[in-house]
Amino acid sequence: MPGTKEIRNKIKSVQNTRKITKAMEMVAASKMRKAQERMRATRPYGEKIRNVAAHISHANPEYRHPFVVARDSVKRVGIIVITTDKGLCGGLNTNVLRMTLGQYKEWQTQGEEIEVCCFGNKGLGFMQRLGANIVSQVVQLGDRPQLDKLIGAVKVMLDGYIEDRFDRLLLVYTRFINTMKQEPVMEQLLPLSGERLGAPEGNWDYLYEPEAKAVLDQVLTRYVETIIFQAVAENMASEQSARMVAMKAASDNAGTLIDELTLVYNKNRQAAITKELSEIVGGAAAV
Amino acid sequence: MANTIHVDVVSAEESIFSGEAEFVVLPGEVGELGIYPQHTPLITRIRPGAVRITPAGGGEEHLIFVAGGILEVQPKVITVLADTAIRGADLDEAKANEALKKAEDARAKAQDKQEIAAVESELAMLAAQLAAIRKLRKR
Repeated sequence: MPGTKEIRNKIKSVQNTRKITKAMEMVAASKMRKAQERMRATRPYGEKIRNVAAHISHANPEYRHPFVVARDSVKRVGIIVITTDKGLCGGLNTNVLRMTLGQYKEWQTQGEEIEVCCFGNKGLGFMQRLGANIVSQVVQLGDRPQLDKLIGAVKVMLDGYIEDRFDRLLLVYTRFINTMKQEPVMEQLLPLSGERLGAPEGNWDYLYEPEAKAVLDQVLTRYVETIIFQAVAENMASEQSARMVAMKAASDNAGTLIDELTLVYNKNRQAAITKELSEIVGGAAAV
Repeated sequence: MANTIHVDVVSAEESIFSGEAEFVVLPGEVGELGIYPQHTPLITRIRPGAVRITPAGGGEEHLIFVAGGILEVQPKVITVLADTAIRGADLDEAKANEALKKAEDARAKAQDKQEIAAVESELAMLAAQLAAIRKLRKR
C-alpha cells in the first residue's frame, strides 16, 4: 500500500487536473452556443444554393460546365479533409480520419492518385505522417469561420479539377446532429451529384444573362465555396460540443478518482492511528 | 391554385423572405427584371439594388435591398441568393449617407488597384442603397 504522503500528492494533482478540465468544459459550452448559432445561420443559404445547383445539373444547356459533367474514367481523386486545429475533443478527429484512411487505402490499392487538401492542424499532421500528397492547407481557422481564409485553398482544388489533375472532388467533415452526437460524413462535391431536388422534368434550359459561361462559373464556384464554408461551420459546432462532452466526462472521472483515493487515504490514516494507539497501549502494559 | 410564384430571398446570414408572390421586380445584371409566375427558367447575377415583391392576395409591397448576388427563376420558384440583404424597413438614409461619405474619402486615399476596386464596389452598393431608400420614401 502506498504511503499517506504519496496518496495526498496524487489527490492534489487529480484535483488540479479537474480544475483545468472543468474550466475547459465551461469555455467550450459558451463557444458551442455561438458556433451552433453561426452554423444554423448558414443553413438556409446552403440549402437554397444546393437546390439551384441541382437544377443546373438537370438543365440541358448548350454549354456544359466542367463541374456538371461526370467523367468516364475516375482514376484520380481530390479530397478535402476538415478537422479541428486543437485536440481534447473526444473521438471527433479520430472518426473523421479513420473514415478518410479507410477510403485512402482503398484508392491506393486500386492505384488511384490522391491529392489532399487539409483544413485544420489535426488532419494536416495526420496526412503528413501518412505521406499523402498535400496540395493545399489552411490551419488556425479560429473560432469563427471566415470565407476569405478558405477561398485560396478551395481555389487550388477547383483549379485542380478544371485542369484535369483529378476526376472527382470529395469532402470529409463532421456533421453536427446534436450536442451529444456528431458523425463523420463524406460527400461528393464535384462533379455535381444527380439529386433532383425539385428540378423540372423534360428537356429545358435556362435563359442566361449575360451569358452561360460567366453565370455558371460564378454560381457553381459560389456553390462549392458555400458547401465548404457550411462544412467548416458544422465542424466547428461539432468540435465545441464534442470538447464540452469530453471535458465533462474527464471532470466526472476525476471526481470518481478523487473519491476513491480519499477513501484509501482515510483508511491508511486510520490504520496508522490504530497502530500507534495499540503501540502506546502495549507499551503502557509492558511498564 | 391562384397564379402565384414562390419567392425565397436568402443571404449568407439568414433567410430574409419566403412566401407566395404575384409579381417581383429585381435588379438584374443587364437591366431591371419584372417576373410574373410561369416565367421561363432564368439564371443571372444581380446588381446592388432593391427587390420589390408584390405578395399574393394584395397587401403591401415588400422592399428588400440586396448588395448583389445570384437570381434563379423556375416557373414556380424564384430564388434570390443575396450577398447581403436588408429589409426595406431597416434601411436608414442618414446611416447610408454617412457610409457613402466615408467610402468616398477612402477612394480619394486609396492607392493600389485592389483597394480602389474594393472601395468602388462599396460605393456602388451604397449608392444603390440610397436609391432604394428614396424609392421607399416616395411611396
